[in-house]
Amino acid sequence: MDKMPKWADVILTPLISLILAMAISALVILAIGESPWMALKTMVTGALGSSYGWGFTLYYTTNFIFTGLAVAVAYHASLFNIGGEGQAMIGGLGVALICLALPWPHWGVALPAAMIGAALFGAAWAFIPAILQAKRGSHIVITTIMFNFIAAALLNYMLVNIMRPQGSQDPATARFPAGAHLPQLSEMAAGIGIEWGKNTPVNITFFIALIACILVWLLIWRTRLGYEIRALGRSEPAALYAGISPVRITVIAMLISGGLAGLMAINNVMGEAERLVLNAVEGAGFIGIAVALMGRNHPFGVLLAALLFGFLYQGGGELALWTTIPRELIVVIQALVILFTGALDNMVRMPLERIFLALRKKGRA
Amino acid sequence: MDFATFIQILDSAIRLMTPLLLACLAGLYSERSGVFDIGLEGKMLMAAFSSAAVAAVTGNPWLGLLAGIGGSMALAAIHGIASITFRGNQLIAGVAINFLASGLTILMGQRFFGLGGRTPSLTGEGRFGEITLPFADTLRNVPVLGRIYAELISGHSILVYVAFALVPLTWWVLFRTRFGLRLRAVGENPASVDTAGVSVTRLRFAAIGICGILCGLAGAYLATGLSAGFVKEMTAGRGFIALAALIFAKWRPWAALFSTFLFGLLEAIANRYPDLDLGLITVPSMFMNALPYILTVIILAGFVGRAIPPRAGGEPYVKER
Repeated sequence: MDKMPKWADVILTPLISLILAMAISALVILAIGESPWMALKTMVTGALGSSYGWGFTLYYTTNFIFTGLAVAVAYHASLFNIGGEGQAMIGGLGVALICLALPWPHWGVALPAAMIGAALFGAAWAFIPAILQAKRGSHIVITTIMFNFIAAALLNYMLVNIMRPQGSQDPATARFPAGAHLPQLSEMAAGIGIEWGKNTPVNITFFIALIACILVWLLIWRTRLGYEIRALGRSEPAALYAGISPVRITVIAMLISGGLAGLMAINNVMGEAERLVLNAVEGAGFIGIAVALMGRNHPFGVLLAALLFGFLYQGGGELALWTTIPRELIVVIQALVILFTGALDNMVRMPLERIFLALRKKGRA
Repeated sequence: MDFATFIQILDSAIRLMTPLLLACLAGLYSERSGVFDIGLEGKMLMAAFSSAAVAAVTGNPWLGLLAGIGGSMALAAIHGIASITFRGNQLIAGVAINFLASGLTILMGQRFFGLGGRTPSLTGEGRFGEITLPFADTLRNVPVLGRIYAELISGHSILVYVAFALVPLTWWVLFRTRFGLRLRAVGENPASVDTAGVSVTRLRFAAIGICGILCGLAGAYLATGLSAGFVKEMTAGRGFIALAALIFAKWRPWAALFSTFLFGLLEAIANRYPDLDLGLITVPSMFMNALPYILTVIILAGFVGRAIPPRAGGEPYVKER
């Protein structure tokens, strides 16, 4: 018998963890001499108070959905993919190579091609750590960390020495052709006569991210492959006994994970910057860890957590603009969320389980 | 390349390897006890900030060093509570610690000094000075050996010598003391240590404590020895290079000395020759910077010797009832 009802496990524990993280963040804000209430108000107004704020919030959300799903898929196979950052960087390289390769006539053609490029490059970057884990038992956390740094060096090299247009000092590629311009949500809204989110970067990729959530849900809980991934994640000996090849599933799960992380590049590289710059990922790969932990590795949870972090990210920018609180506050909040929902999970869970057991005993008596 | 350049590069390699060596030994204690630590970077960063901040205010690098150890220990305590007491995921705790340090150092720096996350530059007395070893100046004129002694071995800050002394000390502690034996046992098979009546929890906390102290030294050297003050994200991945060096050294102290020297040397060469011309090919500095990571992946893959981590690493210990 479970110690806790399902709703407590799925909703109550993350919620309490989040409240704890927020409470400590409020103390941090107090300690640097600002009012937490004002900070929250600034963040809510800045991120959710206007269609402009929403435009940025949803743009960040899109990034975090992809990286969050990437961590979640690997986690179901009990693989901790910490390399989303590098995979998204290399995904960006794929997008840039494809967008610059042809004078694309229309985004409708460019987008599928770029998506394939992003996913393939991201997956390729996850492949070596995956195969090393599967075949040689090299710890995937360490190899993916190493691959983040190797990706940064590779990208730096490509942008400075190879892809930089002649005469440019900036370590970045040339602008993508006009045909590779993705429709912004603001343009789509203007098309049906609504003025919404002018000058915001949120684009059609947001809908692709939502579709990705549904597809990942189908994959994990409605397909044979998903079943095999979860079986391997729960118990490798049991999976082996059931005829599931751990090598195959480990590699496939990591390829999907890397592909999802790579797909983020559609949003930030193709949708927003329309060229590849250094540090285009801006830590979104790491935020994916917090998002997946918070969302309990369920696509719907990931969506909600990504929205929360999108709000925090945009709100954090507003904080830096209007108050003396640096935007690094968001990094602290992110750390606390990872700490409480990930590492200190038992601290929240154990007292809760005790309460529910006590309640149940009382109910029986 | 003449002899003077050669000495300069080696000298720079020794300076650059010191934080790596300290952090690497820190990780060695922690991981040998069965607690994976990917939070070395964060602990170093926190130590760098607190040591630079206190040294800037008091003008005393020794007080700075104490503060650095304190800052690093605070994060080590969080790591211990999360991964030992509450049996949480050690890796996730490490990730959280890295971000916590990254955010808090800037927040505190902005609050105390208002310089956008920097600390004021340390001058003169606020830093760890260079120590001239006895007879360094008299021996300088002796060909080769004299110059090696005067320019390479002499003239570093005290923490460099401490770091080097810690290598034999760590070897002795790990392989010649009862504490070391138990520490290694708890990383391989905690149940056996528990059966022998020794507390797994206490041993692991001790290991994490030592790890905190050493990361404190590493961070303090970075901010008050190698440079003069704290700047945002100044560890710049060194905690991860130290982790790589630890794997490269297969969790052994003497090997850690060589792996950190190798990685320090790579950094020194990359700094000196941004584009290293080897005649046929030019090696870009990015490749030199990425080389420690690439080498570690190759070692991990087991193609050149096999790196096998402590067997109980990463597993929280659940006491049998």
